[in-house]
Amino acid sequence: MSNPLLVGVYQPGTSVLHRLPVGAKLGGLAVLSLTIVLVRDARAAVAFLALALALAVLGRVGLRMLARTTRAVLLVAVIAGALQWWVSGPAKAVETLLDLISLALAAIAVSATTPVNAILDALVRWISPLRRVGVDPDRVALTIGLAIQALPGTVALALETRDAARARGLGRHPRAYLTPFVIRVVARAHETGDALHARGVADD
Amino acid sequence: MPIHFDAAGLTVEAPDGERVVLEPTTAALVEQRIGVIGANGSGKSTLARMINGLVVPSTGRVRVDGYDVARHGREVRRRVGFCFTDPAAQLVMPTCVEDVELSLRRTVKDARARHERALAVLADHGLSEHADVSVHALSGGQKQLLALAGVLAVEPAVLVADEPTTLLDLANTRRVADLLFGLDQQLVLVTHDLELARRCDRVLVVADAAVRYDGPADAAVDHYLASVTA
Amino acid sequence: MTMAETADSTQDSTAADAPARRHRTTTTDIALIAAFAALISACAYIGGIPVGGGQVAITLQTFGVMLAGALLGPWRGFLAVALYLALGAAGLPVFSEHSSGLGTFSSASAGYLWSFPVAALLTGLLVKYVAGSHRTSALAVFACAVPGMVLNHLAGVVGMKLFFDISWPTAFTYDAPFWLGDVIKILVVALVAAEVHRAFPQLLRRR
Repeated sequence: MSNPLLVGVYQPGTSVLHRLPVGAKLGGLAVLSLTIVLVRDARAAVAFLALALALAVLGRVGLRMLARTTRAVLLVAVIAGALQWWVSGPAKAVETLLDLISLALAAIAVSATTPVNAILDALVRWISPLRRVGVDPDRVALTIGLAIQALPGTVALALETRDAARARGLGRHPRAYLTPFVIRVVARAHETGDALHARGVADD
Repeated sequence: MPIHFDAAGLTVEAPDGERVVLEPTTAALVEQRIGVIGANGSGKSTLARMINGLVVPSTGRVRVDGYDVARHGREVRRRVGFCFTDPAAQLVMPTCVEDVELSLRRTVKDARARHERALAVLADHGLSEHADVSVHALSGGQKQLLALAGVLAVEPAVLVADEPTTLLDLANTRRVADLLFGLDQQLVLVTHDLELARRCDRVLVVADAAVRYDGPADAAVDHYLASVTA
Repeated sequence: MTMAETADSTQDSTAADAPARRHRTTTTDIALIAAFAALISACAYIGGIPVGGGQVAITLQTFGVMLAGALLGPWRGFLAVALYLALGAAGLPVFSEHSSGLGTFSSASAGYLWSFPVAALLTGLLVKYVAGSHRTSALAVFACAVPGMVLNHLAGVVGMKLFFDISWPTAFTYDAPFWLGDVIKILVVALVAAEVHRAFPQLLRRR
């Protein structure tokens, strides 16, 4: 998995957060995120930020990752905060600003400590009870695997088709490369479907 | 294993009326190595795909070992392996060993035994050192060898190969061809490589949606060459 | 022969194998769902395309989502988009501007993200059952994609209202600048989808 497209933001490690089960982390994050959004209070916002930062430290999230995450939300958060200041006063503005940063930091603390495969495996585990209503977890796992497999190839296909369109002087018409790109994706999918079928994947 | 085409044909609905993809074809394929040659779009790929039910005839029927491919697809696919032109489209798992394991899912239920079996299959095809390598890291020829390994892992009685060497360079074409012609399995080989076609026991020439010539390899290839130059 | 015919017959043969089972996904369905999850990811990953002579760049994420609905129909479209979100949630950098992970699901723009699968489903439903055989017309596909886009924006507004704790009118003002870009995007979706439906007439065949 040396392709940057397939690595994501996960940082290997052995912290408490790294060792927690995926379900606990995702569940905890969902509860925390909802609480942050629903509790409207400037003092609580400070507490949330402290908690989110503590989580990031606990997960040994690198400083660069933290800075990158904060910078990404900061622009939106500052604009939103400024508008809030103007409409509802400073307390509200500070609260919105802090809430948005807390949400991003809490999420990165989970994302940086959980490998991509662990989350996807958990996903497949969680849907196994749906077997009774006709959902086949093996097929879901196969579909996820296929999509990840297809990622680098699809990006390459998109760039290749774009270059081909440019080479023909059609670069300014998005349609001139999007249509061939999509047609090639569909054709490739049909081939893959045939190959899976020929290998008897649909037979069990 | 006998493959019977009983007036099997395919007509599809196109925007501008009906289009004949393959005229009703009758043939009994019993030879060990059968070649299928012809122009692009002539219908030879359809003919090959009918043998394992990837394409179902709209008229007539195709039987493999007595099984109607349209009705007993599962039994037929257990007997007929299929190798496609583009190995990238048929390799679906991240690493080589996992891809072979996917093929073995039906036949070897125990995960550990399946893994061992997959490693053995890779070893048979000289791909042992690539077992845990990403399938993307392989060369085109290695990919096709791996695809063949995946298909042959379940030991089908017949192997249908649809232009397996078209995307390969000369050296890899030879490697794949040597593998194909060294198999115990019955081989149905769709190809543009006339040298390979000449190595078959019997060759079908397909043109304009019908089998136009059916006979010994050299005579069939010569017929095809004459039809192209004429 | 074309790929579309192959796929078609694949479905037929599977149906013949298992007449007792209802609505089984075929291997082609699986491959298409996976391929479009990857396509949406690639669209978001590659980034904007220049429009209007190159002055404005629009991101292609919404393009991929709406296209999945318009080409694959309601349920395959829904699943492809849901799978795309799952890949992003798992941490792959497949959301716009290479952002990834769970943060996007709790950001101010989360409303747009959460409604993507439903927008694809709605678009697929309309293209499959309302446009029907007219799906090779870009105009018809465009009309079918509008409700999905509106839904997507409404969800976005709800999200921003919640996250910023602002009034409805203010939330709508935040959303307004994205309308023009998205109208252009679904216009491109319509043009591309109509052409792809012409190339693969069996893609949305009613079963």
